Amino acid sequence: MTTSTLAHADARRTIPGTPIFDGPAAMQGYALNSMCFSFNDQANREAFIENEEAYFDRFNLSEAQRIAVRNRDVLGMIAAGGNIYYLAKLAGIFGLNVQDVGAAQTGVTVDEFKAGLLSHQVTISQQQECVA
Amino acid sequence: MSTVVGGVFTSHVPAIGAAIAKGLQNDPYWKPFFDGFPPVQRWLQQVKPNVAVVFYNDHGLNFFLDKMPTFAVGAAARYENADEGWGLPLFKPFEGAADLSWHIIEQMVESEFDPTTCQSMLVDHSLAIPFELCWPEAETWPVKIVPIAVNTVQHPLPSPARCLALGRAVGRALDSWAGNEKIVVMGTGGLSHQLDGERAGFINTPYDLFCLDNLATDPDALVKQSSLDIIEQAGSQGVELLNWIAARGALTGQVEELSRNYHVPISNTAAATVLLENKALVAA
Repeated sequence: MTTSTLAHADARRTIPGTPIFDGPAAMQGYALNSMCFSFNDQANREAFIENEEAYFDRFNLSEAQRIAVRNRDVLGMIAAGGNIYYLAKLAGIFGLNVQDVGAAQTGVTVDEFKAGLLSHQVTISQQQECVA
Repeated sequence: MSTVVGGVFTSHVPAIGAAIAKGLQNDPYWKPFFDGFPPVQRWLQQVKPNVAVVFYNDHGLNFFLDKMPTFAVGAAARYENADEGWGLPLFKPFEGAADLSWHIIEQMVESEFDPTTCQSMLVDHSLAIPFELCWPEAETWPVKIVPIAVNTVQHPLPSPARCLALGRAVGRALDSWAGNEKIVVMGTGGLSHQLDGERAGFINTPYDLFCLDNLATDPDALVKQSSLDIIEQAGSQGVELLNWIAARGALTGQVEELSRNYHVPISNTAAATVLLENKALVAA
């Protein structure tokens, strides 16, 4: 945690349960997000699967980032500066989709997470005759 | 003289691409979402636009945190998709309307916007999925594109008012373009959804309906708040609404809603599809 982060902390708005990926987070998470960005390449995904620890070294991950990835701890990755758009590529390597990731962060089962989404189920459709 | 014929607004969830690849359009989970597209497809068949100006957000394919533009305009003759990290089948390439791109860039800067210009640019699912939905039978895309990427990833994000003003600057550029193209504007992403944090799974239908109800008639109602306010109301990734707001701004004429479809849930998302027609204002 840098001084500048703390200096800004009071002034920064928080939204409960909602990470705001701002400058300090982007600086803190740069190594982890760089690693995830590298997974756009199939060969890099394979190298990660082959030896995670060596791959951490290649991107110079912080200790907190390594622990979070080892534990498959999504909230820990976010706390260590991970951004969900990049973490989604890592989740893909683990075979996890956004419902799996959502359940992991909210402390419910995947079925319960899906049920939560379905509790909002609604379909509203309307159209003018010219395109009907 | 070119004509801006209207706007197509749609969610761009990656799972939609997977559902298309698996042919799940009539699956009970997916059908209520895909049912929103036949009116859009019919209209596109009738109107036959030949250029699409697309407001979208890159998800870590073309842009990384090393260089993150707030607004970026593609100015290439061709755009390709690439592996986004999941090894999915690639989307078909796009032909670029590079002349129009440079006209838009010139007019944007004239309007005091300062975009990043990209002569080489990969485009991700956020741009491509709407095309798969709009022209499902196309072997090659019937439109050339101008991609305009909005930063919805790294804060500070542009304000909603700024995005609407940007869209209006693009709209003025399109209205002043001397070519004879028919131009459709597209805005992709949203509506309410959140992938990250303890609030993951957040959906806010009342707010989504507020946005849908005002998109055609009063877009200024959508920009009275900050981007953080939108995140509070629509979720972290619901802020992709900024792409819709910018696209709406590019419709400068008389705008009428021809169809809308809103369905919850698709993946983690409140999915929406809207078709707006744009008619040039008649001088009084």
